[in-house]
Amino acid sequence: MQLKLEPSPEQIKSEKVYRELGVSDEEFKQVEEILGRLPNYTELGLFSVMWSEHCSYKNSKPVLRKFPVTGEHVLQGPGEGAGVVDIGDGQAVVFKIESHNHPSAIEPYQGAATGVGGIIRDVFSMGARPIALLNSLRFGELKSARGKYLFEEVVAGIAGYGNCIGIPTVGGEVQFDPCYEGNPLVNAMCVGLINHEDIKKGQAHGVGNTVMYVGAKTGRDGIHGATFSSVELSEQSEEKRSAVQVGDPFMEKLLLEACLEVVKSDALVGIQDMGAAGLTSSSAEMASKAGSGIEMNLDLVPQRETGMTAYEMMLSESQERMLLVVKKGREQEITTLFEKYGLEAVAVGQVTDDKMLRLIHNGEIVADVPADALAEEAPVYHKPSREPEYFREFQAMENEVPAVADVEETLLTLLKQPTIASKEWIYDQYDYMVRTNTVVAPGSDAAVVRIRGTEKALAMTTDCNSRYIYLDPETGGKIAVAEAARNIVSSGAEPLAITDCLNFGNPEKPEIFWQLEKAADGISEACRAFNSPVISGNVSLNNETNGTAVYPTPVIGMVGLVHKLEDVTTQSFKAAGDAIYLLGETKPEFGGSELQKLLHGEIFGKAPALDLEVETKNQKQVLTSIQAGLIASAHDVAEGGVAVALAECAIGSDGLGAEVSLEGDAVSALFSESQSRFILSVKPEHQAEFERNTDAVKIGVVTDSPVLTISVNGEKAVEIGVEQMKEAWKGAIPCLLN
Amino acid sequence: MKFAVIVFPGSNCDVDMYHAAKDELGEEAEYVWHDAVSLEGYDAILLPGGFSFGDYLRTGAIARFSPIMKEVIKAAQDGKPILGVCNGFQVLLEAGLLPGAMRRNESLKFICRPVGLRVENNETMFTSSYEKGEVIQIPVAHGEGNYYCDETTLASLKENGQIVFTYENNPNGSLENIAGIVNEQGNVLGMMPHPERAVDPLLGGADGLNLFKSIVKQWRESHAVKA
Repeated sequence: MQLKLEPSPEQIKSEKVYRELGVSDEEFKQVEEILGRLPNYTELGLFSVMWSEHCSYKNSKPVLRKFPVTGEHVLQGPGEGAGVVDIGDGQAVVFKIESHNHPSAIEPYQGAATGVGGIIRDVFSMGARPIALLNSLRFGELKSARGKYLFEEVVAGIAGYGNCIGIPTVGGEVQFDPCYEGNPLVNAMCVGLINHEDIKKGQAHGVGNTVMYVGAKTGRDGIHGATFSSVELSEQSEEKRSAVQVGDPFMEKLLLEACLEVVKSDALVGIQDMGAAGLTSSSAEMASKAGSGIEMNLDLVPQRETGMTAYEMMLSESQERMLLVVKKGREQEITTLFEKYGLEAVAVGQVTDDKMLRLIHNGEIVADVPADALAEEAPVYHKPSREPEYFREFQAMENEVPAVADVEETLLTLLKQPTIASKEWIYDQYDYMVRTNTVVAPGSDAAVVRIRGTEKALAMTTDCNSRYIYLDPETGGKIAVAEAARNIVSSGAEPLAITDCLNFGNPEKPEIFWQLEKAADGISEACRAFNSPVISGNVSLNNETNGTAVYPTPVIGMVGLVHKLEDVTTQSFKAAGDAIYLLGETKPEFGGSELQKLLHGEIFGKAPALDLEVETKNQKQVLTSIQAGLIASAHDVAEGGVAVALAECAIGSDGLGAEVSLEGDAVSALFSESQSRFILSVKPEHQAEFERNTDAVKIGVVTDSPVLTISVNGEKAVEIGVEQMKEAWKGAIPCLLN
Repeated sequence: MKFAVIVFPGSNCDVDMYHAAKDELGEEAEYVWHDAVSLEGYDAILLPGGFSFGDYLRTGAIARFSPIMKEVIKAAQDGKPILGVCNGFQVLLEAGLLPGAMRRNESLKFICRPVGLRVENNETMFTSSYEKGEVIQIPVAHGEGNYYCDETTLASLKENGQIVFTYENNPNGSLENIAGIVNEQGNVLGMMPHPERAVDPLLGGADGLNLFKSIVKQWRESHAVKA
């Protein structure tokens, strides 16, 4: 019995019901042509979610094709649950980043929590053991009550899910800017470890094999989540709260352990997460990737509620579910395995050879659609692109050095900017140590997680300075990758590959599409320079509130390999008497800088320039010096320039300070955000060799008195106690929240 | 010596406990799933941290009904060393093996950080390798570690020297800075901080190792072959 009256195929067409589901007139016509008839309501639902931007990348595909996706170590590029990179000794690292922006804007705790849950499933659906979580967050400036609420609840949601499931949240980044006030960004990344032989794919091979449903029951939650996340936020978005799912990390912990047992069984043919578009995407994609079909009897799907329609079951985004394809006759083994964890594993269908996704409900065929049409044949749009007016204006501006009245006061104020300030308030809530492999905890350039039983470790980071990207998407895109690589290298690791999460505004606007294209160009070029291909990723468009877009924010998640544990390096100074070096050239570059934002309240001008040749050369010098055992501490110079970087090196140390002399224009020397620079400290006995091998310039010495002293051209510019800086830096975020 | 690491659905520090006992201590260790009905052959029982059964009713409230808990209680009565850390401590409270109860952290937030712990009593089978009054660095990671008991219980805890660890800077609001307590017999220790996370200098410190070494030392002494 159906509780809700669904519109008939004729009504769908005549009353243009499809428009409500985000399907355009043109797309509806295509559906009609594919089927050779009018779709019923369930079939329309399948197309609407599978052809949403979230699932089909229909607007971003031409841009995504720019990315380099192969490399000698890449075992799996984009297209599966997550990408896979070889790390030697028969092991591989698996990782991916994904957005949960729209749900988090409406219901921050569950939105963020289920974002974490979803990305974890992507990783263990490959057969990998998840070993670390990271995130990348963007909020308004913590001035409004709503802004603070979103921030606090998102952090609590990430903590709630990650802590319970027992995967350490080891790193991340957060920036604050008014452009994210109504549309925060919540990107979650998961890193997993796998043995080559255990790599699984989401493919439905073998006609007659059984399709099994495992995990939580299907409810009415999250229906049309994928469609909802593919439109702009507005005042009406609150009404879509029912499109936000509710997470159950305990259920996922059980599902995780059960799935990691099942991947060891040769009864398993394929496995895929039911993420966005739930049962629809998992079944259609598994069939399409294998060139087969799937027939499912929806009456057999475990249901949490009574009277669910086929439409509701297929579009539900209930969490903590997976779809398996199992060799025929071996179903009972799988059921028994899941029973240990108190989970259901139910045969709901079989693999067919007719390439159709066929659904049966109450004894009737309720949908009969080519799987390829859903998974592969979504229309691809080449959106018009136009260089925005603002970009031409900014490019025409000369680099100007801002006037700074009080250098010390400015440094302290910079340390209090939430984007620079200590993120301890956040990571104090994340269990970053569980599984006891975290070698470098949150707070340094990149997190480092050892691989138990080996001398190796993985360094990981997320990065994106969206101010630079707004000013100049191509340069900014390069910088995002370069900064991620700088963080990886500073930790003693060699960059392996990246995952990206492209958070942009509405691609229908030619200026927005231009940002997307240019940023992708920059990212691609940098990936090639660092030999770090894009192995997975996610696109989140329409990040706009009432017509205003967020800054273009393509978040880069990078993973690097530490070859020997002794190479692991952190940013804090280690011992008095160590010499301090600056590697990289300082120019007067303030476009998009923290100083510019602080002094002017807005950003303008050119983004800092990036020369990829210089960048790779500098990174190579740092990494080879670390690997040669010459470096005591390494830190990249980022927001706030050299002065802030030095302060951070001292704050993290055990009661040390520094005496530094810089040359040139004082404001640039201290606060410019020129790229490709590092602060390195070196023990006295290693200085000669270090100097022979690098272009770094000695700028000072680590002292045992906890004071940071900086003079420029021989004149004292800064003399501040490290304790005072620490107080400003640590207290800023708690202070903003109270 | 052979350690049992009890695994409840939702335990997540089981791996850490296992490696602490096996790799860092060099003793035998095995996982025991919560529906097992025997702890025969194990010399010490470790109840790890995590979120058993999602901690959905109250922390540890459902785990205490797992079949294995009957055996844990029996082992406690037999005088075997039983260590419950974090969620394991919460399970021991729910099972009545230790007195008192847990409330949410005063801040209402999960807290994960290394903290200073004072060894109040080094005359237990868990702390004999520490000095009395020694301050050790052990991480906490919990949302409900705010220990509470009534005045009578507190008085007897003090009188019997059952308060084993206290916080130097109380992170969660617990009564009298209590971080870990033993039962009257001294063979059941519950503590919120995670000694199994502090057994390897590479990960920031090894102050927790002496706790495990104390257990082994006591066992060896009591099982020494008389020459």
